[in-house]
Amino acid sequence: MTQAVPLLEVSNLTVEFSTRRGAVRAVAHVDLGIGKGETVGIVGESGSGKSVTSYAVMRILDRAGHIKEGAVHFTGVDLVAASEEQMRNLRGREMSMIFQNPRAALNPIRKIGHQIEDVLRQHSQVNSAALADKAVEMLEQVRIARPRERYHAYPFELSGGMCQRVVIALALACRPRLLIADEPTTGLDVTTQKAVMDLVVELTRQHGMSTILITHDLGLAATYCDRVVVMERGRVVESAPSQAIFTAPAHPYTRRLMRATPRPGITLRDLLPEDASAAARTTAQVNALELGSRLVDNSPDSPRDGRACPGHPRLDRGTTDVDARNKSGHDGTEFDSPIVKNTPPPNLQQSAGAPLLLVEKLVKEYPRRGVPGTLRKAFRRGPAPQPETFRAVDGVSFAVNRGESVGLVGESGCGKSTISSMVMRLIEKTDGSIMFGDEDIGEIPPKKFARLPMRKRIQMVFQDPTDSLNPRFTAARAIADPILRLGEVRGRSAVRGRSAVRARCEELARQVGLPLELLDRFPHQLSGGQKARVGIARAIALGPDLVILDEPTAALDVSVQALVLNLLQELKDSLGMSYLFVSHDLNVVRLLCDRVIVMQAGRIVEQGATEEVLHAPRAQYTRDLLAAIPNPRFEQRM
Amino acid sequence: MLSMILKRMLAAAPSLVGVIIVTFLLTRALPGDPAAYFAGPAATQEAIEQIRVKLGLDKPLYLQFIRYVADLAHGDLGDSLTTGQPVAQELKSRLPASAELTLLGLIVSMAIAVPLGILAATRPNSLIDHCCRVIATAGVSLPVFFTGLLLVYVFYYLLGWAPAPLGRLDVFFSPPPQITGFYLIDSALAGDGELFLASLKQLILPALTLGIFALAPIARMTRASMLAALSSDFVRTARASGLTPFTVTVTYAFRNAMLPVVTTLGMVFSFLLGANVLVEKVFAWPGIGSFAVEALIASDFAPLQGFVLTMAVMYVALNLLIDILYGVIDPRVRIEA
Amino acid sequence: MTNVALTSEPRVSESGLIAALRHARYVLRDNAVTGFAFALFLLIVLAAVLGPAIVPHDPLASDTAAALKPPSWGHWFGTDQLGRDVLSRVVVATRLDFLIALTSVALVFLLGGLAGVAAGFFGGWTDRVVGRIADTIMAFPLFVLAMGIVAALGNTVQNIVLATAIVNFPLYARVARAESNILRNAGFVHAARLCGNGELRILLAQVLPNIMPIMVVQMSLTMGYAILNAAGLSFIGLGVRPPTPEWGIMVAEGAAFMVSGEWWIAFFPGAALMLAVFCFNLLGDGLRDIVDPRRRT
Repeated sequence: MTQAVPLLEVSNLTVEFSTRRGAVRAVAHVDLGIGKGETVGIVGESGSGKSVTSYAVMRILDRAGHIKEGAVHFTGVDLVAASEEQMRNLRGREMSMIFQNPRAALNPIRKIGHQIEDVLRQHSQVNSAALADKAVEMLEQVRIARPRERYHAYPFELSGGMCQRVVIALALACRPRLLIADEPTTGLDVTTQKAVMDLVVELTRQHGMSTILITHDLGLAATYCDRVVVMERGRVVESAPSQAIFTAPAHPYTRRLMRATPRPGITLRDLLPEDASAAARTTAQVNALELGSRLVDNSPDSPRDGRACPGHPRLDRGTTDVDARNKSGHDGTEFDSPIVKNTPPPNLQQSAGAPLLLVEKLVKEYPRRGVPGTLRKAFRRGPAPQPETFRAVDGVSFAVNRGESVGLVGESGCGKSTISSMVMRLIEKTDGSIMFGDEDIGEIPPKKFARLPMRKRIQMVFQDPTDSLNPRFTAARAIADPILRLGEVRGRSAVRGRSAVRARCEELARQVGLPLELLDRFPHQLSGGQKARVGIARAIALGPDLVILDEPTAALDVSVQALVLNLLQELKDSLGMSYLFVSHDLNVVRLLCDRVIVMQAGRIVEQGATEEVLHAPRAQYTRDLLAAIPNPRFEQRM
Repeated sequence: MLSMILKRMLAAAPSLVGVIIVTFLLTRALPGDPAAYFAGPAATQEAIEQIRVKLGLDKPLYLQFIRYVADLAHGDLGDSLTTGQPVAQELKSRLPASAELTLLGLIVSMAIAVPLGILAATRPNSLIDHCCRVIATAGVSLPVFFTGLLLVYVFYYLLGWAPAPLGRLDVFFSPPPQITGFYLIDSALAGDGELFLASLKQLILPALTLGIFALAPIARMTRASMLAALSSDFVRTARASGLTPFTVTVTYAFRNAMLPVVTTLGMVFSFLLGANVLVEKVFAWPGIGSFAVEALIASDFAPLQGFVLTMAVMYVALNLLIDILYGVIDPRVRIEA
Repeated sequence: MTNVALTSEPRVSESGLIAALRHARYVLRDNAVTGFAFALFLLIVLAAVLGPAIVPHDPLASDTAAALKPPSWGHWFGTDQLGRDVLSRVVVATRLDFLIALTSVALVFLLGGLAGVAAGFFGGWTDRVVGRIADTIMAFPLFVLAMGIVAALGNTVQNIVLATAIVNFPLYARVARAESNILRNAGFVHAARLCGNGELRILLAQVLPNIMPIMVVQMSLTMGYAILNAAGLSFIGLGVRPPTPEWGIMVAEGAAFMVSGEWWIAFFPGAALMLAVFCFNLLGDGLRDIVDPRRRT
């Protein structure tokens, strides 16, 4: 597959960024080679330098970044030494790039047809009369329906998936030899993701292009790429054909990443690194501090922070980490491993009597557009084209039993978040009933519910750990909030009251594996995983019966996700809570939930025991969802 | 498009109503006796009573309001005490002077500020960038009347380049035949080159004063929004597609960056119309601003009320135009999907 | 564009205040201009507080024999048409202008800030009412409205303060509203509701502290507008009456003489005005950088 002369050859590439604190090395001594027609995946967690590498190749680094060392050769041309004009000739014509967040990647006030023409006009020989036709042809190639009409559309009129297709059309308009796709499907629904990836693979294969796919999803890379390169903290740790990576990863980091990726046929415990099942807690790992922004020597054997940890080399390696500061928080260092028990695999727990939560025919309607709507009615000549209200949730019924973990899955816009908000009593319902225990909480307005003692019994863990913590509250204060408002704090005097609260906070911190000294930190001083733990501690502070988890690990790196999922399972079992786990990720749901509910467009499509629904789905939609999950089937590949 | 314009006009209606109500309240809600205000400081008790009946100030408030609106509909803004003429007439004859000055000031400021902001954004940390930042911060701090005086001192007194700040035209010249009321346009239309130059000479300093005043917020906003546009994702895409710097800067970044600048224009006009009054005082410019200031000094109340109302109505109209312009430029607003 | 996080992290766990002060000192050291603005600010406050006590001459004492003298050793800023020492008048005027600005800004902060925060947070009728009021004020060119208000209510300093507060209300309310509107949907506000916090408590204890820094920045910038506004009104004869020393009036009095060459009478008060406003604007910008580096312009 790989030619003798690689199309793109990167050797010893080192990229540095100048910051106030000195130079930060984002990429160090990276070697990479891509042959003609090859598809290579670069996989890594946040801060691994995977995107920076490709920006360096395209020479579109930020002003603060520069290539310190190393060489990049593209079809023999030295890209590091090339002038800006030479690079401009190459970009779009010989090598092009597609990015995350497709709608933002398009000019919002320019018709998409014109945007494609801009690229064509710049690089190709097509004369101006034929430009429009060529643009329409490109739109056709990326499977956009009614291309001639859509030529005149603006990005805000298109869906996310369609925008990504337009971006692909832009990138492929001049038939470049190399396409770099930087997390092209992050943020897209899983079915859209499959459609986009299939399209990319088809087009690149058709034209004999090479592709670099940058992603944090190892499964995605293994499914669509010939070869996979794994990066960690700016360095390449492993590079091998996909089959090898997937079935027999060599490097410990790759192994850990593989293990942590949720997939069918494993249990939660299997997500964790191999020796994490040892019972001993290692306080030595509790070093969430950055000792400086410089990347220390990344060789696998040096104890990073000088604290030797015999018997646990793996956990030690994860420590000091430039990226604990990242938004998503790569969390090598962040935690105490919580008291690890050998919990039995999740069983279908039988309900003891009536269900804890019973939702019947729940409806939520939103009116379409206030005043402009009225004005539109006044100006309109014909009958209304759409109904006056929008049904986000359309008659949904389900139950959650005590001690059970129920998954609520669906793609974006299906109404799952709306349902969880209603059950939480954060928003009003339009119709239907929500029974909790034997009380109809649906009838209680949200403002009133906040003051009732029942508020304690239903709590929530939010999706974005950063957003859900008040930037001005310390972790301890955030965790203490429910205790202060709703708990009964023992001790009359202020001092004893305060110390009782503090004691409880510490107890909770221990339960979630949050090192005690982090309690007095502010959110911006914590990593993503640590913030997630604070959110969880706050949610369980008052011993709720039902906890709703709204995509709690969506914003976390896969290795951190593994830890948090295990934590959630343990807490559920030890505290006897029930979970309503809202997610778009079926693999995660498979691991954590006893039962699953599949939703589409405000309705329940299918519900039942997890194994049943996910192995033998009855509804077509569920089947589509399952089929869309990237699944490298190595025995079937050529 | 038409529906968008109509919607904008409908949205402007409440502002107009608010303006009329507020100006009404301002005059009728005076502490003391409104009639005495309108009669003037030198009026006898008898005269005050006469005025009271004449203006209907003895009637209940809502009736007064109806009469006020009716008067407005007829273009009746009361009479000036000092000149005895109807206020509306005075305002009408003086409006072109103010309009010419303000427009020229705006053109001057945009001609300098927009390119400056763009250059500053495309060349960060260069000399131009620092210049722009200093001008933006310092410009906002300059009191407009002070700038005017300084300009007069330097260019008239010290250098003798500019004429004396004595109004729209030197005493030797007579105004061109009135078509628009703008001396520059009218003299050009009349083919009178000398008159054109003379008007221009008188206009330069006051227009420059206003221009300098408006320069700062426009430059600041242009720079900020260009910076934002240049670091946006879609510009990154354009660069990654190999488009020329010109295309990237102009077609992609600039057009998007202009949107917030157009919105800022509303605020800039608010400042400009206010600054107009001050500049007219410094340069003895016979516009509506100086009319109002003279009325103030003489405690002549009706002109002041008429002035506030006129300015406000003009401002509402200007804002409407800006809204419509924005709607034309930004398809997201135009096509309410 | 890139994924590299470039925020700084303290080495040990620190309380919020110490960290903020350290960051402030770091920014100030880095940014000499803000330090300069701060020094200037202190100078202004000093002049305002100590003014009358430290000036060489009585600001109201006229001496017609010494009228219209250019700057000299005896009179650093020269004398005006009545023989009064310009320097003394400029320094003493600091207090009046500063007080006018401070009072109106405090008023605006209370009224506009609270109204805006409530409007942004509660939405509904509060938002509509506050919005209507702000829109009605904004429908006027602000200086013209101030003229109208002072003319209507009476030509006193209190009314200048009131007029300035009224015309600055919409801007303030808008900023406050925008900020609290963003926070209204923040995750931690939802979380606070789940913890049993009532709406009012959330507004006061959770939202307000997050908004305060922006509001303080806005206060500093508004001080600048307020001074300019007051000076402008005095320039056209509203508000302060002679012989009270006030920068705007002094420029007005000196305007006629500027044209005939006695530049110092109008120049020094005008320069003082400019310096004061410049200082507040710089301070506001610097504070904004300390508070939220993302908003740097």
